[in-house]
Amino acid sequence: MGALVSFFAVVVLVAIVFVGVEAANLRYLFGVIIPYAALITFIAGFIYRIVIWARSPVPFRITTTCGQQKSHPWIKNDILDNPHSTIGVIGRMLLEVLLFRSLFRNTRLELRNGPKLAYEWEKWLWLAGLVFHWSFLVILVRHLRFFTEPVPVLIQALEGLDAFFQIGLPALYLSDAVILAAVTYLFLRRVLIPEIRYISLAADYFPLFLIFGLVLSGVLMRYFVRVDVVAIKELAMGLVAFRPSVPEGINVLFYIHLFLVSVLFAYFPFSKLMHLGGVFLSPTRNLANNNRMERHTNPWNYPVKVHTYEEYEDEFRDKMKAAGLPLEKE
Amino acid sequence: MYDGGKIVVGLVVFIGVVTFPLWYRQASGEALRAPEPKIVTDAKECVAPTDYMRASHQAMLNEWRDLVVRDGMRVYVAFNGQEHEMSLSNTCMKCHPNKVEFCDQCHNYIGVVPYCWDCHIEPKESN
Ligand code: HEC
Ligand code: HEC
Ligand code: HEC
Ligand code: HEM
Repeated sequence: MGALVSFFAVVVLVAIVFVGVEAANLRYLFGVIIPYAALITFIAGFIYRIVIWARSPVPFRITTTCGQQKSHPWIKNDILDNPHSTIGVIGRMLLEVLLFRSLFRNTRLELRNGPKLAYEWEKWLWLAGLVFHWSFLVILVRHLRFFTEPVPVLIQALEGLDAFFQIGLPALYLSDAVILAAVTYLFLRRVLIPEIRYISLAADYFPLFLIFGLVLSGVLMRYFVRVDVVAIKELAMGLVAFRPSVPEGINVLFYIHLFLVSVLFAYFPFSKLMHLGGVFLSPTRNLANNNRMERHTNPWNYPVKVHTYEEYEDEFRDKMKAAGLPLEKE
Repeated sequence: MYDGGKIVVGLVVFIGVVTFPLWYRQASGEALRAPEPKIVTDAKECVAPTDYMRASHQAMLNEWRDLVVRDGMRVYVAFNGQEHEMSLSNTCMKCHPNKVEFCDQCHNYIGVVPYCWDCHIEPKESN
């Protein structure tokens, strides 16, 4: 259900651009206005979401740890899996963000005949997730060649590395092949594994289809249909310089590509894709486990009004004396 | 906000990275320019319609290369009936001998560096 809805949502998006550009000639809308609007939505929405998260207090160190805590000097502690210092936290964060360390611990629960419960090693999700994100990043960085003039040497070097095997012309980028394979795996995983299909929502399928459509239109543009890249760069540089113009002769496929990117960016802050920012705010990842070394006070503790026994005695001294009750102070 | 300082720094860095092209352009400060490949030949037409050449010349070169090297075919009949030898140095560069002012104009703009010239001979140009 969710998968079908998402699939048709992306098909409709593509159809909108196709009709808009081919029939209604709305090139300025799809080439300039929507991309700007999407970028503004992305940045404003991103800040908004982060600020909301940042306003939640985290009174206590939430420590899901996977290693020995720092305690006595003769017990070896695990600095990365159970950090007690900022350096350790930075190390854990880097491992998490760059290598998806906690996903690496992924296991699969299985009921074996016996009956016996078993936890299986499961690394495919980690692998597919990791190569998906890295190839996405490589593609994104390579795309900077459309937005920079002169193109920085580092970006050219990355291009060269990505096209290392020089297969065909235009040379095949490895990241393109890898991202297609990874997205396909991530999608099949959701539909083929019953438990995962059960918990998958439209909001899980939509980004997958959107990114698949985005990559597919890009791949078509580069390897199969081919577009006037020089004219596209003129459009992109116009956007960057705030002097937008829409050159003639750009294939509709490019507008489809650009519209899908715009939708992705505008949708980003309001979706699960915000894990880009969220991972840095995860209390279980970004807090050092120093609960036993430092006192953390609850930030919403307010001064409690107390009435001490001394004050009580002062207030009722006469009555207590009259009743013959023992007093601390006469 | 809790830990406001760190979060604001993080957000500023993030927005700085996202808007990299904007300030990179401001910093480089050059006027917007589009490449203007200079045609020096007397011929009126390329080996294929100009639109096709602009977008797909690299695919055509690939095709030529395969036809020549694998199939031993060397003659290409163009869309306008003219016959050309399928050759990078002897055909393309005969009509476009000004590699720097022609091919490289676009390639530098886009940031592609075709590796063909590792082996194929570049036309000699008088700078
Ligand atoms: C017979 C001479 C001739 C040959 C051979 C030739 N070209 Fe051209 N080429 C031209 C002419 C003339 C134009 C300009 C056409 C126009 O302005 O419409 C042109 C235009 C082009 C353009 C488009 C430039 C622009 O301003 O958009 C490209 C790219 C190109 N040629 C590449 C090649 C490549 C690559 C080859 C080899 C496969 C090649 N040409 C072979 C004569 C030639
Ligand atoms: C109108 C601008 C233009 C002109 C003129 C032009 N090219 Fe290109 N060329 C491009 C663009 C743009 C690309 C990159 C397309 C891409 O990245 O998808 C390219 C890519 C290539 C590639 C593939 C490089 C790679 O690694 O993918 C080769 C080979 C090539 N051009 C050869 C030539 C030759 C030879 C000439 C001169 C005869 C020439 N081009 C003239 C625009 C041009
Ligand atoms: C490793 C060296 C090498 C590189 C790099 C190389 N070529 Fe070639 N190429 C050859 C050789 C060798 C031949 C065969 C020459 C012959 O049989 O006439 C050839 C033949 C060709 C031919 C047909 C014959 C001719 O005279 O041009 C084309 C077209 C061609 N290459 C295009 C390219 C293009 C485009 C690139 C860059 C993307 C490229 N080559 C990169 C070595 C190379
Ligand atoms: C999240 C953002 C984007 C993703 C994931 C993406 C993905 C891709 C992919 C996978 C390709 C295939 C070739 C390659 O890898 O270079 C491609 C090509 C292309 N993309 Fe994108 N893209 C994105 C954003 C953009 C934007 C904002 C533009 C606007 C200029 C753009 C313009 C192009 C063009 C012109 C090509 C063809 C390149 C060529 O022919 O060499 N893309 N895209």
